[in-house]
Amino acid sequence: MIRSHILVCAGAGCLSSGGHALKDALTRELKARGLDNEVQIIETGCMGPCDLGPVMLVHPDGTFYQRVTALEVPKLVEEHFIKGRPYTKLLPKEDVSGNLVTTQRDFNFFAKQEKIILENCGVIDAESIEEYIARDGYAALGKVLTSMKPEEVIAELRASGLRGRGGAGFPTGVKWELMAKATMTPKYLICNADEGDPGAFMNRAVLEGDPHRVLEGMVIGGYAMGANQGYIYIRAEYPLAIKRLRLAIDQAYKFGLLGKNLFESGFDFDIEIRIGAGAFVCGEETALMRSIEGRRGQPQPRPPFPAQRGLWGKPTNINNVETWAAIKPIILKGAAWYASFGTEKTKGTKVFALAGKIRNTGLAEVPYGTTLREIIFGIGGGIPRDKKFKAVQTGGPSGGVIPEQHLDTPVDYESLQKLGSIMGSGGLVVMDEDSCMVDVARFFMEFCSDESCGKCPPCRVGTRQMLDILDRICRGEAELEDLDRLEQLAAVVKDASLCGLGLTAPNPVLTTLKYFRDEYLAHIVEKRCPALVCRELLDFAINEEKCVGCSLCARVCPTTTIFKREGVKKYYIVKEACIQCGSCFDACKFDAVLKTSDGHDGERPQPPLEPAPVRVMKQVVEK
Amino acid sequence: MNLDELKKLKEKAQRQVALREGQKKYRVVISMGTSGIAAGAREIMRTMLDEIEKRGLDDVEVRVTGEHGLEDVEPVIRVEEAGGEETTYARLDVEKARKIVSEHLEKGRKVDNLVVGRQKNS
Repeated sequence: MIRSHILVCAGAGCLSSGGHALKDALTRELKARGLDNEVQIIETGCMGPCDLGPVMLVHPDGTFYQRVTALEVPKLVEEHFIKGRPYTKLLPKEDVSGNLVTTQRDFNFFAKQEKIILENCGVIDAESIEEYIARDGYAALGKVLTSMKPEEVIAELRASGLRGRGGAGFPTGVKWELMAKATMTPKYLICNADEGDPGAFMNRAVLEGDPHRVLEGMVIGGYAMGANQGYIYIRAEYPLAIKRLRLAIDQAYKFGLLGKNLFESGFDFDIEIRIGAGAFVCGEETALMRSIEGRRGQPQPRPPFPAQRGLWGKPTNINNVETWAAIKPIILKGAAWYASFGTEKTKGTKVFALAGKIRNTGLAEVPYGTTLREIIFGIGGGIPRDKKFKAVQTGGPSGGVIPEQHLDTPVDYESLQKLGSIMGSGGLVVMDEDSCMVDVARFFMEFCSDESCGKCPPCRVGTRQMLDILDRICRGEAELEDLDRLEQLAAVVKDASLCGLGLTAPNPVLTTLKYFRDEYLAHIVEKRCPALVCRELLDFAINEEKCVGCSLCARVCPTTTIFKREGVKKYYIVKEACIQCGSCFDACKFDAVLKTSDGHDGERPQPPLEPAPVRVMKQVVEK
Repeated sequence: MNLDELKKLKEKAQRQVALREGQKKYRVVISMGTSGIAAGAREIMRTMLDEIEKRGLDDVEVRVTGEHGLEDVEPVIRVEEAGGEETTYARLDVEKARKIVSEHLEKGRKVDNLVVGRQKNS
């Protein structure tokens, strides 16, 4: 008999931090100790706390281990499985109390979540249809096909208050109803798995950890809307998700859960995968459909909306992975149950991807209406290394930053919009006092400018011009009028762009201007970067009292501008030749390199005409 | 696939994942400290696992733990019931372990002559 299950996280995060090696080591060790008939290893989807990976969970006791390396496995097996006590070295620590956390349910990161979409992620074997079925998999489909009319399914969805999880938050039930009313056939369904926001990975986690849930949602959608063909559009950067999806589709066909005459109802449904090359704009529905058709991924003006004329000119419904994943629990447990989570206008739960300067990087699912503070500090564990929180970027490059004074805002579509940001796909990038908000705005603008498809000038030209201005500000070469130009451009791009990419691209700039205007002014007027990020505005010097003369800084300096003082074991930087790369600052083990940004009159000291004397430098070091 | 087939599949598959959820009726906790292992606790556990599987008892989970503090009467096991009742058995061997499975875990009758302690936690 199997007495214990080891759930090893096989999400992309844990695999890249050594998950494969961990599983191999566990298999070997269990076998060597003769435990392979008692303890079973199961590879699951993402458990959430990606930063702590590779992670594993042991049942039935629910012990959660973090950062389990293959080297630790022999000890862990001996302690936990032979002697029956938790291997304390690998237990997570709760930050505030410093207490060890033994079981998963005692860990704040898990305890404060409400898992509906991720209910199976990290619980079942992602590659086993049987385990999905054991957790009520395909029961919703069975219920729909044998006892519900299409209109009843749509009515249930409307009552549940489910809104599209892709970003815009359009009520799913209404969208389905429009599609169901379309008379042209054939109709198509699309699952949008082209998750492109930097810092968002919840769709990937669902597809890797619980792919059948998405398939089931799509078949139910097909029945409700009268479509018999579905496509999953997924980016090639998600090879593991594609592999597991393919496997899941094969299994579903084999079990008669896709294909002809499902549940003896006469209803047929097929699903195919379409792989995209990873352009951000292909997450936009009209561009996505062009891409599926094999054409260049560029958006089209709407109307006509996809529900009227979409893929190949036929009525098409596009929903996000998370939306499809929410269908099963709504059908099984009822609209009223689902609507009991969330706020008045936004029902249910949302998976957020925590990234940036936050202790517990990973995925967290919470009901709408949870405050940002609770998500970042309660679940995310706050900012590492005792730094101060500065802002959080929601919705990726299309969203905006939200400063500390608005942290107690309950998260839903409307409240974030009011703050100038958007929900987007649910990425949360946390920034601390070391982040320069101008640089952040510049980064996101660079992303949008790169990813602009070039079809409409406001986006193609506007984002480029905004990026140029931001670049100038970061270099300390801007003037005050540039801020007005930036705001004017932002208004035009936001107003005149064709699709969501351009319409939302100015958001990071507008929100940083609104909440952190002082940082812009510091860059422009005083020529300094308060967060010490913008390279051109920094000064490096060596504090000779702290310098021990180890020469490390001189050795890492790429331009050989650091020299030893004659006669003493102290080093100094030749400012005129310094390129402010920060290598010496990072290298110094004695905090002797000073990084400052005190501002100057805009005239940078010119580098000397003669190149720095490399040979002399080497001799100096060797002494 | 029809509803009945799905239901059957589910029941079969649930055994696979049952270990990961919910409270079982019986929890067998085996003392697996140094003295327990020396006295043959691993053999006892293996026997019990085999026996539980053979009899198809689904509502039992088996865990191991450190010393119970009864070193001189090892191997020791404790059977915890969902109601909070705990029964400790000691001086076990393979035969006795089999008997505990067939009597206590299957039929719910405690093997009185092997019991060294009883406790009721509310």
